[in-house]
Amino acid sequence: MNYEAVIGLEVHVQLRTRTKMFCACANTFGAPPNTQTCPVCLGLPGALPSPNFEALRLTALTGLMLGGAIAPRCKFDRKNYFYPDVSKNYQISQYDLPICVGGELVLPRENYPKDAQKTVEESRRIRLVRIHLEEDVAKSFHFEAATGVDFNRAGAPLMEIVTQPDLRSPEEAFAFLSTLRLVLLYGGVSDADMEKGQLRCDCNVSVRPVDQEELGAKVEIKNMNSISGVRRALAHEIERQMDVARNGGRIAQETRRWDEAAGATFGMRSKEMAHDYRYFPEPDLLPVVVDSWIDEVRRAVPELPVARKERLMRRLGVGESNAEVLVADRELADWFEKAAATTKNANGVANFVVNDLLRELGAAGKPLVESPIAPEALGALVDLADAGRISSSQAKEVFAEMFRSGRAADEIVVERGMEQVSDTDAIGKLCDEVLAVNAAMVAQIREGNVKAVGNLVGQVMKRSQGKANPAMVNAALKEKLGI
Amino acid sequence: MKLHEFTASRAVAAIRRCEVSSEDLVRALLARMEAVEPQISAMLHVDAEAALAEARARDAAPPSGPLHGIPIALKDNLSVRGQPCTCASRILRGYRAPYDATVVEKLRRAGAVLLGRANMDEFAMGSSTETSSVRATRNPWDPARAPGGSSGGAAAAVAAREAFAALGSDTGGSIRQPAAFCGCVGLKPTYGRVSRYGLVAFASSLDQIGPLTRDVRDAALLFNAIAGHDPHDSTSLSDAPADLSSALGRGVRGLKLGLPREYFLKGIERDVEESVRRAARELEKLGAEIVEVSLPHTEYAVATYYVLATAEASANLARFDGVRYGHRAEKPSDLLEMYGRTRAEGFGAEVKRRIILGTYVLSRGYHDAYYLHAQKARTLIRGDFQQAFARCDAILTPTTPTPAFKLGEKMQDPLQMYLADIFTIAVNLAGACAISLPCGFVVRETTLPVGLQIIGPWMREETIFRIADAYEQATAWREEAPPL
Ligand SMILES: [Zn+2]
Repeated sequence: MNYEAVIGLEVHVQLRTRTKMFCACANTFGAPPNTQTCPVCLGLPGALPSPNFEALRLTALTGLMLGGAIAPRCKFDRKNYFYPDVSKNYQISQYDLPICVGGELVLPRENYPKDAQKTVEESRRIRLVRIHLEEDVAKSFHFEAATGVDFNRAGAPLMEIVTQPDLRSPEEAFAFLSTLRLVLLYGGVSDADMEKGQLRCDCNVSVRPVDQEELGAKVEIKNMNSISGVRRALAHEIERQMDVARNGGRIAQETRRWDEAAGATFGMRSKEMAHDYRYFPEPDLLPVVVDSWIDEVRRAVPELPVARKERLMRRLGVGESNAEVLVADRELADWFEKAAATTKNANGVANFVVNDLLRELGAAGKPLVESPIAPEALGALVDLADAGRISSSQAKEVFAEMFRSGRAADEIVVERGMEQVSDTDAIGKLCDEVLAVNAAMVAQIREGNVKAVGNLVGQVMKRSQGKANPAMVNAALKEKLGI
Repeated sequence: MKLHEFTASRAVAAIRRCEVSSEDLVRALLARMEAVEPQISAMLHVDAEAALAEARARDAAPPSGPLHGIPIALKDNLSVRGQPCTCASRILRGYRAPYDATVVEKLRRAGAVLLGRANMDEFAMGSSTETSSVRATRNPWDPARAPGGSSGGAAAAVAAREAFAALGSDTGGSIRQPAAFCGCVGLKPTYGRVSRYGLVAFASSLDQIGPLTRDVRDAALLFNAIAGHDPHDSTSLSDAPADLSSALGRGVRGLKLGLPREYFLKGIERDVEESVRRAARELEKLGAEIVEVSLPHTEYAVATYYVLATAEASANLARFDGVRYGHRAEKPSDLLEMYGRTRAEGFGAEVKRRIILGTYVLSRGYHDAYYLHAQKARTLIRGDFQQAFARCDAILTPTTPTPAFKLGEKMQDPLQMYLADIFTIAVNLAGACAISLPCGFVVRETTLPVGLQIIGPWMREETIFRIADAYEQATAWREEAPPL
């Protein structure tokens, strides 16, 4: 029997805000334990939450970018459960009135794993159930005889995106997360680095015989800390479930933990009973009237990667592979567009960015913001080459020097004496000199040996130390020889 | 007149005229405490040296605000940086708040001196101050009787002249009922009028901080100091409260006062009812018009309250788990045992009863039948008040159906205890404002004060102050002092 996998994702995203969700503590990482805390995020008696508007805005923005329906009003609820990493023993979350309902994400081929792109046939649409906002929990550290809790992260704004069970393979999950990550980066919503825990993904996966409507027993897998880790974990778990199913076994509904080193999932010792979270509306917070500010957010929705790629190709004439590389990084694409705006040859700029700039930055271990070459300076270099003032191989050489010294292209060209001589008078003078000492050859040419002109061009070039524009030399000689 | 017998307003004037110093006032009150505390037990924690130091600092500084140098007592559920804040519970023994509540900040800005912490029912859950884990407070009018609750310590301290004024909190009557039992003035402001930031929550959608004072003008003085929007409490109202000075002394001519039919039926003692009706007639004489109004869903108020308040409390009190502060059970074998034993040892019986009730009404399968139903009932009760206020400017009721009851009398019967708040609870559910002030005395072995409750529409504190002030000025009840 053939089986297929059915996958749904729950993605948690740490929002890029200055402060935490309900207090004024800094929303940053890496500080010594419990130094970024206050009565509110420590859940001290009497402390009250006050909502971070920026976090609401970023969540609504995400909803808009993903085509969801933004609720005119939303509210917060208390999710009750006892655990040391929840300072109040309830988490402020959203239950029945989330900020955003629905939405979808289209998976472009280039966001699949490289080795799987060839087999992608159609662009898949993954529907979303909802997007809501909640507060992050603290981090527990287990020592030999005790457990410590660091509340620095407690109360950080956390957005949860829940998909429909629309995904069918680990590769689609990979593509979904890559695509989502790019959208989040484009919106400035999050830094979305899975390895830093800014993006976390739990997967619900089940298998069923192909053609069966009913879903199999759902297994939740956790603890993946990279997008490729999600792919590996799913591949392993699907294989495991299919093995069980093929051998006539029963798949237990459970939560399993992915062990990256072992490359396998393991059932979690689950002594907790089925949770009853006893949700009820958070009485310390008023319902949020989203209607009153959503238009402002609508105006801030950025152009998304798929649309941008189209525009770079159609409007600016950038080649597809260049466009893919550029839009995969909003900062890079922004940099490119700044450079392209200074010249007519956008694809020329794109070639330099995609091939030379990225290579040099990589070799130097520098981020884009530290590029020694400014976007406008690269535009100027492309213009120099396009105007025929330097050859394309000289342009590469100038680029390398620009990257090394940060100096302007024309300065380097002049200093290195690279500039082609395009002055008609100067070229004419050189031609006269050459013609004067080659009387025999001139005679031959006049008799019909036109090929010999090449030899004269070579001599002129030599006299100009290679700087003369060869096309102009050729034209000038022919004119003087009357051929 | 002795210094401790001053009202807050008189003390303000005396300081302004340099007749007394803040230190004199604090010393007078500390001496009074020494004399009467053995009988009353109103206070849980008084740091005399700290209070005197604050007073001396005020004396050395130029006048800083309307309460300059005035000592104020606080209920033990209001956070003051560096002071204990135990809510009279074992579970918070040893906890000191690391921050000031917004009302405390505001009191400091107004120049007040923090006098000490008053006893209360544990986590404000009770109507007699008997659920305090430390000791019961006694009623200054009759030490065999309860001062009411949950702000019983604050009310008793003010009535016994141990404090000029105090701040309490009112979730279902916890300021007004003890004010009535102890013969002082207690205000429950409109929900959202006073910031709750720093008040240890019992039921967040019902809690309000308010003053307990010797007279109406003192209540206005304190209310002015603590009211107003606070960005730290997102349920606090954004509009500024009206200036009360124009309300005081303005009289009641032209006001329509409603007597709700449903509040004069069963359970109310005859002489209590008579005192309130006499007060209504007095106000009529002063120029008000008395009309009958109806609050038809009154009978559901107590049940509604005990579902919603306990539901919220079950979550609010979840944080007391021994992990970060307060009591922690010794040598637990695992996390669950630490939670269980810490809470079993730390909470008293009434608090446990309410946590269990609140957890139950939110549980899957019961949530709709209890919690959702109660929310609907709350909407109906709010609607009752809206309709009544379309017909009158304020509503007059007894604050309580009986005068102060005896200590121990209702401790075995939670339902009887809950019914002590039957006339105050609906106001919290509606979110409206109300004040209780003395309107006479009845005799039960000893003479006991009776409270008149004046309920006003949302954000109309000036209306109830206007009525309360007119009534107080026309009568002499506030001259009476308990026989201590
Ligand atoms: Zn904080």
